[in-house]
Amino acid sequence: MTIKGKAYIAGIYEHPTRHAPDKSTPQLHAEVAKGAIEDAGLTKDDIDGYFCAGDAPGGLWPMVDYLGLNTKKLRHVDSTETGGCSYLIHLGHAAEAIAAGKCSVALVTLAGKPRTGPMPPRASGAEADFELAYGATTHNAYGMCAMRHMHDYGTTSEQLAWIKVAASHHAQYNPHAMLKEVVTVEDILNSPMISDPLHRMDCCVVTDGGGAMIVTTPEIARSLKKPLVRLIGHGEAMKGPRGGKDLDLTYSAGVWSGPRAFEEAGVTPKDIKYASIYDSFTITVLMQLEDLGFCKKGEGGKFVADGNLISGVGKLPFNTDGGGLCSNHPVNRGGMTKILEAVRQLRGEAHPKVQVQNCDLAIAHGTGGLLGVRHAASTCILERA
Amino acid sequence: MSEAKKYNAPVTNPETAPFWEAAKAGKFMIKRCTTCGEAHYFPRAICPFCFSDKTVWEESSGEATVYTYSLMRKSPTGPYAIAYVTLKEGPSLQTNIVDCDLETVKIGQKVKVVWKPTDGAPLPFFTPS
Repeated sequence: MTIKGKAYIAGIYEHPTRHAPDKSTPQLHAEVAKGAIEDAGLTKDDIDGYFCAGDAPGGLWPMVDYLGLNTKKLRHVDSTETGGCSYLIHLGHAAEAIAAGKCSVALVTLAGKPRTGPMPPRASGAEADFELAYGATTHNAYGMCAMRHMHDYGTTSEQLAWIKVAASHHAQYNPHAMLKEVVTVEDILNSPMISDPLHRMDCCVVTDGGGAMIVTTPEIARSLKKPLVRLIGHGEAMKGPRGGKDLDLTYSAGVWSGPRAFEEAGVTPKDIKYASIYDSFTITVLMQLEDLGFCKKGEGGKFVADGNLISGVGKLPFNTDGGGLCSNHPVNRGGMTKILEAVRQLRGEAHPKVQVQNCDLAIAHGTGGLLGVRHAASTCILERA
Repeated sequence: MSEAKKYNAPVTNPETAPFWEAAKAGKFMIKRCTTCGEAHYFPRAICPFCFSDKTVWEESSGEATVYTYSLMRKSPTGPYAIAYVTLKEGPSLQTNIVDCDLETVKIGQKVKVVWKPTDGAPLPFFTPS
């Protein structure tokens, strides 16, 4: 069985806010849900599947109740929690549920306010006594990956900086982007070192906000007014130190999720016209591009340099909304916005300055958790139908 | 700096209590599977490689090599060097490199285990050897 072509993304919505002191987190979930439902041209009563992750206050029960979803109709729920890539996995799981006839209109929401409210503590597992004291954070866990990547492959800070430069070129056209200023390699290298070798400008933004999507059947999607975008391949994978054997922090679980998605879709990285790649840090993008096969392992530095990721300039336009590096990284979880910009590109609704011509095939890929510690990865291949 | 840092005592549980008891005696223990022969860390009752329950405690030399590190400069408790080190016995583990000039930490550097006190069992860290 395959999910290829069995599910369409019929509605999308990205909250325009990046700073929401006057709103609650459940309220942001409701606002993005409303936005996505209206974008699809559906109503709340059409929802018969609901997906949320660790950002949803209280999880499924309180959210379903708070949103007022029609519980006589709601027949499929999923609270898979894999950090920032949860929503990419939700998209795959929604397609599976739709293909199996378990639901026909699935709503996926993400929202939160790390700038203006407390963030729930990161849950820890069996490793707690053996790791918590060492202070792993996103910055230093990704810093350790970058440090080893530089050691093994000669990757440089200048090459990493090109990823931020490309994101900033795109963000200048996004009126909602948190950082709209075009920056240079020098700007990034001159920004303060946060956790070696990552500078402040190698890091993504921290934003309040959220996003949502509606995933539905081919029949319902065709009955609606939006351009048709469907999922044709999905992969998910996990990676961790696994007892400390053969530790290698220079690759991510994308080496497994990527090929699974490409195989299901029947396409290769060369076919991709636009790429949404999770950009919590510059190193995240570089490693994932290698892992997905856009270039060979170790050659990511050369691949991203000289504007190769800038729309209209380079070979692989990426994160044309400005991405997490410049536009939005709601609740420190970038998976949803990766899907949303890929759908905009496939619909032809991206900003004209960054819209990829004849964009009929896109990838949305992300990781969740800590790349240098334990993480998940999910790859979605999307096609204009 | 790191010397002044207060660390929480490990919570411990029946599976890992022998590790922390040995730590109090200054012994750094790993687990080895007698079925597949692989050593692992942190210690589990069941081998994470072959899933055998024939795992035994083994004292590690405490000698290791820095696999990677990152000097965390923005921290309310002061800068610290988080790292993965690879033990002579094979397993790699997360730790901090301590009791040295943090600017001199390097990949490939030889390090050895050093213990830092808590209100319970001490915690293992690594320092240049």
